[in-house]
Amino acid sequence: MALLELNAISKHFGAIQALADVSLTLAPGEVVGLMGDNGAGKSTLVRIIAGNFPPSTGTMTMQGRPVVFHRPTDARRAGIEIVYQDLALCDNLSAAENVFLGRELVHRFGPLRVLNYAAMFRRAGELFAELKSETRPRDLVRRMSGGQRQAVAIARTRLAEPKIVLMDEPTAAISVRQVAEVLNLIRHLRDQGIAVVLISHRMPDVFAVADRIVVMRRGAKVADKPASVSSPEEVTGLITGAIETA
Amino acid sequence: MSKNPVDRTPPPGTASLDTAIAAREHRGLLAWLASQQTFWVSVAALIAFVVLSLVSDVFATQQNLFNVTRNFAFVAIIAIGMTAVIITGGIDLSVGAVLVLSGMVIGMTMNAGMSIWLAVPLALGVALAVGAFNGMLIAYVGVPSFVVTLGTLSIARSLAMVLSNNRMVYEFGPDQPQLLWLGGGFVNLPLPLVDAVRVPNPVLFLLLVLVVTGLALRWTRWGRHLFAIGGNERAALLTGVPVRRVKLSVYMFCSLTAGIAGILEVGWLGTITTSLGQGMELSVIAAAVIGGANLSGGAGTAFGAVVGAALIEVIRNSLILLGISTFWQGSFVGGFIVVAVLFDRLRARSSSD
Repeated sequence: MALLELNAISKHFGAIQALADVSLTLAPGEVVGLMGDNGAGKSTLVRIIAGNFPPSTGTMTMQGRPVVFHRPTDARRAGIEIVYQDLALCDNLSAAENVFLGRELVHRFGPLRVLNYAAMFRRAGELFAELKSETRPRDLVRRMSGGQRQAVAIARTRLAEPKIVLMDEPTAAISVRQVAEVLNLIRHLRDQGIAVVLISHRMPDVFAVADRIVVMRRGAKVADKPASVSSPEEVTGLITGAIETA
Repeated sequence: MSKNPVDRTPPPGTASLDTAIAAREHRGLLAWLASQQTFWVSVAALIAFVVLSLVSDVFATQQNLFNVTRNFAFVAIIAIGMTAVIITGGIDLSVGAVLVLSGMVIGMTMNAGMSIWLAVPLALGVALAVGAFNGMLIAYVGVPSFVVTLGTLSIARSLAMVLSNNRMVYEFGPDQPQLLWLGGGFVNLPLPLVDAVRVPNPVLFLLLVLVVTGLALRWTRWGRHLFAIGGNERAALLTGVPVRRVKLSVYMFCSLTAGIAGILEVGWLGTITTSLGQGMELSVIAAAVIGGANLSGGAGTAFGAVVGAALIEVIRNSLILLGISTFWQGSFVGGFIVVAVLFDRLRARSSSD
């Protein structure tokens, strides 16, 4: 059964049609590369899945059950986590504090709640080890490399045992060596049965990890095929419109 | 019970995890201290203290130290509240006005014969109400904190004038002795070898506020959320931190510290006029900034605020004792603010590469 199914999703903002009749399915442990030019509707689609706003028409089902998300917390509760393009990290806090931000672990002493740093450092350390990242729980995010920052943002999504992780341009602003690190993080998520939607402009990154490529153009889905039977040239053609559909 | 050493060998992978968890930025204690602004401010205050003890016969006397600690306690108590606000990236300009309003509420109600047990909660309640007004407009309406608190600075002082008809109040009814003791009294702290040290009551309140706030900043969700909001407010919002509630509470907390200081200061002076605390917000902000609070948010400590306030008071006191015109006071305090901010810039630059 499909993990997530989008049926004929459309979205318009006033007179502007941002998405037209987009249907999409996600299977567990699948990495889908979502590609398209600026304004093609990738972000709108991801924001609908993440609960930032509801679709104008169309329905979503998760594991066969219809779902409606009014707020990002609704989507999070259903098991959908998002890694924002700017990662949403606080530079002045440690890696562990960022992972647990808004979901801190506490000891209870009667009415008092005291932060349980030991447990947070331990759990964060385990998550970084799982992700095969060298990030250390006590280090300040300010002093971290781009790859380590990604690991912190991804570790945060792992706290809640998510089913789907949406990643918005995770490799846009980091060095080549760190890109490899992030792609490995994505593979680790996939190996644990998590479905990953990867939005990216970078063709080689998408082809390195994606099982399936979805191409959007002017609010419509113009291609949805296994990465193994596609090619960067074809996808480029689809994005620009040189190739109509595939 | 002895354990087989083999049993204690951790399974592979565990050791590296433990070291990763334990790992800090190990640079030695001295290097860590040297990177702390609070440390340098403490050193500066200490040097000033030693130099003054040597050059002035009066400075290190019981009576003068008693005065110095009591005088700085009022600014320091509010500087702790201000630091909490500054950590979130905000500012509260209304503290001096809240101080006089709180003092005037307790002065007028006790003057009318009210018990101190009712007057104190009432004064603190008024302070909290001003803080709630600030916080609502800042957190829920989105008005910049500078603008809102500039408005309440004017409003709260004007209310104090309305309340008292701009009179001086010095009769505090049947509970007057208790009020005067609260702000002007002291506790004898017996020490071995030397004479008992008199600790002024405001200093005891300062210690209480310092310990509670210091613990709250480090060990509660609320404290960490203040830092998160100051570091990246959008990130805090996206990760589910109740940003608006936390912001509301921090302005109430800051006003509460001003309210406490107001009551204590009235008790010490034994009189209140509507000019009390005029311009005090500047000393308070200066103390917080000298103590390491970063006006762009995300950094600051309660202890730093107290040390900052202490440094300012030591400078002030020393100028008087050394016979230097007090007109120079502003230059010295201002100089320290600039140096503190420069220090922060230099540190940020050296850690960013």
